[in-house]
Amino acid sequence: MAAYLIRRLIQSALILLGVSFITFFLLYVLPADPVRQIAGRSATPQTVANIRAQLGLDQPFIVQYGRYLAGLFHGDMGRSYLQKTDVATLIMARLPASLLLMVAGIGAELVIGLTMGVVAALWRGKALDNGLMMTSFVTVSAPQFVVALLLLYVFAVQLGWFPIGGYGTPAHLVLPALTLGILGSGWYARMMRSSMVEVLRADFVRTARAKGLTRARVIMRHALPNAILPIIAMIGIDIGIFMGGIVVVEGVFGWPGIGQLAWQAIQRVDIPIIMGVTLVSAFAIVLGNLLADLVAPLIDPRIRIR
Amino acid sequence: MKKLLASTALIAAFSLPAFAQETLDPNATPGGNITVTYKDDVATLDPAIGYDWQNWSMIKSLFDGLMDYEPGTTTLRPGLAESYEISDDGLTFTFHLRPGVKFHNGRDMVAEDVKYSLNRVTNPETQSPGAGFFGAIAGYDAVADGSADSLEGVTVVDPATVEIKLSRPDATFLHVMALNFASVVPREAVDAANGDFGKMPIGTGAFKLGDWTIGQKLIFEKNADYWRAGLPYLDTVTFEVGQEPIVALLRLQNGEVDVPGDGIPPAKFQEVMGDPAQAARVVEGGQLQTGYITLNVTTPPMDDVNVRKAINMAINKDRITQLINGRAVPANQPLPPSMPGYTEDYAGYAYDVEAAKALLAEAGLADGFETELYVMNTDPNPRIAQAIQQDLAAIGVNASIQSLAQANVIEAGGAGTAPMIWSGGMAWIADFPDPSNFFGPILGCAGAEEGGWNWSKFCNAEIDAEATAADSMIDPADPARMQMWSDVYMKVMEEAPWVPVFNEQRYTMKSARMGGADALYVDPVSIPVNYDYVYVTE
Repeated sequence: MAAYLIRRLIQSALILLGVSFITFFLLYVLPADPVRQIAGRSATPQTVANIRAQLGLDQPFIVQYGRYLAGLFHGDMGRSYLQKTDVATLIMARLPASLLLMVAGIGAELVIGLTMGVVAALWRGKALDNGLMMTSFVTVSAPQFVVALLLLYVFAVQLGWFPIGGYGTPAHLVLPALTLGILGSGWYARMMRSSMVEVLRADFVRTARAKGLTRARVIMRHALPNAILPIIAMIGIDIGIFMGGIVVVEGVFGWPGIGQLAWQAIQRVDIPIIMGVTLVSAFAIVLGNLLADLVAPLIDPRIRIR
Repeated sequence: MKKLLASTALIAAFSLPAFAQETLDPNATPGGNITVTYKDDVATLDPAIGYDWQNWSMIKSLFDGLMDYEPGTTTLRPGLAESYEISDDGLTFTFHLRPGVKFHNGRDMVAEDVKYSLNRVTNPETQSPGAGFFGAIAGYDAVADGSADSLEGVTVVDPATVEIKLSRPDATFLHVMALNFASVVPREAVDAANGDFGKMPIGTGAFKLGDWTIGQKLIFEKNADYWRAGLPYLDTVTFEVGQEPIVALLRLQNGEVDVPGDGIPPAKFQEVMGDPAQAARVVEGGQLQTGYITLNVTTPPMDDVNVRKAINMAINKDRITQLINGRAVPANQPLPPSMPGYTEDYAGYAYDVEAAKALLAEAGLADGFETELYVMNTDPNPRIAQAIQQDLAAIGVNASIQSLAQANVIEAGGAGTAPMIWSGGMAWIADFPDPSNFFGPILGCAGAEEGGWNWSKFCNAEIDAEATAADSMIDPADPARMQMWSDVYMKVMEEAPWVPVFNEQRYTMKSARMGGADALYVDPVSIPVNYDYVYVTE
């Protein structure tokens, strides 16, 4: 177990290093000059050259990357080119909001998706099953921006049940979490349905029925816990997809998370912020996968860690 | 040009009651809060750094410079300087500071602060995008290349007097002193902020910064000691960031927002203007902006002036204006109509497909040619590019569209690799209301260098010399100077390095409870509104 953990941690560190290298390289070759963005449209060539030298952007790629990494190892993510503020400060100011939305969004995904999946499996082949699977297909393919605006318009503007965007109270959280929940539920619904169908066919379920247990008890005590196992591993992978969706949803609902920060930084070629947000997101994804792998044997003894 | 004394302020200084009557709105009721929304974060409130339309007006309300504008107009008036004199040769400006002005930290503003602020903005370590505006001050070059850390031309005569010597006459210098970049800042607050002055601004302005929750909102609080007695009217202004324009509009309709800072989203424009109740709360005004297509004069066949003229005649500007719901007026020259120096009686290149084809044939290109049109990838710009593409196709020019992120288009333009660029989203908006501001960086030789904003790479020594002569005159508003500028732009149009397409109009929406003259909501300097002068009626 310890050896496995160490190996996985080293792997994770290498992945993060790789992500940092690739992102840094892509930003380096990008045909857009951050110095131009800082210097503004009226700058003289001399001003541009000065700023380039001060930021070390006149150095070869490997020197720039080396400096960035060295800073990172000292816990310094650099300063935003345009905001002139520590990147760590900017990210830390926004990270709690993103984490909260992530937890709530994944919770909503699971509640909606698993319920749909179980119901569909129990009524397999019936109209209800077909309807639910069709719905899951629609939610997976629906554009995030449209769903977010639709929910906002109906439940906040028309019905007035929730605030029109913003952050701070549980009421503010409902619509963005629900948007993410609806959009992500389709995958879980389909996974859960097939997993449940398989388990319902299994011998131990038949045995349980033969013992004379009620249908409800068989489903709740025997089928569901077994069917849910494969889903756990999926959550870890899902975090990656989630990070992408969060950018749009944060935008529409005015949710002050790191997605908004990343979007604005990309528009303005603010490289330290883009690097910082990418690394923090990559860290979350790596951590999610690691946890999913570590948790799996705890719930399913058949999976062994070696 | 003996003593150019600032009339209004000086008269006011001698007769205070008249002053109060003159500048205060009798209908205004002090107090209250307004909420303004933006999509993007406020990047910085450091007056030496901030250079976007969002923080420009915010910084204006936190800080003051020696010069200022009459609210809602482009008329210069003295700010922290009570009066000023210009020497006969136009090279020495003496500013007399207003007594009793305090920074938000309670300290009196003195001449030494003016000197410090100018040194700071021009120091390369500050990385100010506005440093170049101060190029006329004597000693600027030494500071810019790092060989001096203080501007030789700025002298503190006494605590209430600053003298600024120029190395060359600059008709726009008073406008430059009204830019945010020339704001007076207290050294101790800059030092204490330790590089974060943009998040902890201290100025002399009508408002001071209250709370700032990064990524969510910031609050401006009334500066009770503001030196313009009776201003501002509002107790607080709340800026909420991270709000999509379309959501901001919904919130405005719901009474939660007073001014959506990003304006009316294009997709909702017709709906809003079609509803009389909402349209009544929209203020329309001109702005000092021109949208244009650059034609790279170094790329064949566009190095031939006839080809450039043909392209000018091929573009149907009325149709492009319709594409953006008529939120603009077609343009025929680089200057926008509200800019001094605009040539009223110029007809421009009329839309004429046959004449365009004839010109192309004359240039030996009867079969047209292949080219590329670069465009920023946000709506409505790709749609406008398609309209341009169709217009060009009608004269046989086959343009492929390169739709890219803003930074990439700017890069291609600066490098000179883009044959044609539609400027939308990056179009020139004047820094100050003077015709010279539309020339140097975008049509002059200085801007044609690698990386500059002159994407046509147009450089004509004769026209450049005339522009320099016009800016060497002392009185910026001299009719002879305006005539020279008019000539400059007419000669530019003869060479046709641009297709001027339209001048965008501004539409500011406000809540029903907002008061103050309409001009304050389309203030050419403070966008979207002049926070110091607006008020709420309930």
